Amino acid sequence: MQNMDPSHIVGPATDHLLTYFDGSQRSVWVTNVETPFPDGKLIVSRTDTQGNITHFNQAFVDMSGYGKDEIIGLPHYVLRHPDMPKAAYADLWSTVNSGRKWHGYVKNLRKDGGYYWVHAVVVPNIRNGQIVGFTSVRRKPSRRKVDECTALYADMKAKETP
Amino acid sequence: MTFNLTISPDFSPEKLAGWHIFNTWLQRKLDIACHLDLHNSFEAQRQAIAADRIDLIYANPYDAAMLVREKGFVAVAHPKALPDEAVVAVAANSACQMVEDLKPGIKVASSGDPDVRMMGMIMLEPADLDAGNIVAETCSSYVLVAKQLMNGTADVGIFPARAYDGLSSMVRNSLRPLVRSEISVIRHMLLAGPRAADLVGRLQTALTGMADQEKEAAILKDLGFAGWEASSQEDVEFMIDLMDTLTA
Repeated sequence: MQNMDPSHIVGPATDHLLTYFDGSQRSVWVTNVETPFPDGKLIVSRTDTQGNITHFNQAFVDMSGYGKDEIIGLPHYVLRHPDMPKAAYADLWSTVNSGRKWHGYVKNLRKDGGYYWVHAVVVPNIRNGQIVGFTSVRRKPSRRKVDECTALYADMKAKETP
Repeated sequence: MTFNLTISPDFSPEKLAGWHIFNTWLQRKLDIACHLDLHNSFEAQRQAIAADRIDLIYANPYDAAMLVREKGFVAVAHPKALPDEAVVAVAANSACQMVEDLKPGIKVASSGDPDVRMMGMIMLEPADLDAGNIVAETCSSYVLVAKQLMNGTADVGIFPARAYDGLSSMVRNSLRPLVRSEISVIRHMLLAGPRAADLVGRLQTALTGMADQEKEAAILKDLGFAGWEASSQEDVEFMIDLMDTLTA
């Protein structure tokens, strides 16, 4: 997994080392700059069964900060923010891999180190009885939900084993 | 045999003549007998679908899952560049300036279009509003939604964006949009049922060629379409997945 490029970071940033479910690691830099979710829009993306992006819309480009020509094939976990607890992603993947719909509130990491909050819903794409990929739609969350989840995730992170 | 064509009951009344002309054209073009079976409500239309009385349907995306998964419909075509979008509006003199100003207990008026109502409700979520803490009022037309706002009997109205834009300037001046969706990927689709499955290839050829013929382009214009594009089964499966994510 490629580390974030510090030259893309906008503003003062702190560095973090993310460890993924398979043991792979990625260095990321994060800032305190929030990009507000735009009214009326939805972020839509699809991935293959490995979580690599196969489709995306313009709102994905606008919010993630990645260029259109660099998104296809990217693993969706480039959006993982170090403030998100591992348990949230474990729950997401176990839910959708069992053929069910998952929804939750997620703090996503932008290419420039900033972040944006979403209410995410992920469904498995089932064709002829087989999961062939996943569709994720993200919409604007309420500030109350964001505040609740900020506190909840900080608590969960504090209890995580390294 | 005579096929039955129906269209999503959320069509604009001024398009009714256009759909009759389209049906006449379709019969001549494919050399089939086809009856245009119109329904006043989504509920009435769903009853006709449940009774297997429908062969071709210009369907609201909200019904796509039921049509494909339960009734074996397949994708035919969709209009070019004509996504379904919604507008959430208030009365022009409302104190509400943004969605986040809205409070639980408000009365939300909408017409019966299920996908538009769903998009509108999603746009109210940033104010922590959902079906459980608002008073929903379903009106028989979007003009009545506008009247509810103008009379002060509803706090918020949800409109199909094209219908909102088509309101008279007098009515629109009495209203104020709070937010307009820019979703772009939700759209109506023409689907074929099992009895019409053999028609799909001919239908796609006929429909996608309409924009190139002067007389046929005039029919499209009456429907408010720039043209048709063939839909694949994956297109409708994606629409079903998308609607599934939006009903969470």
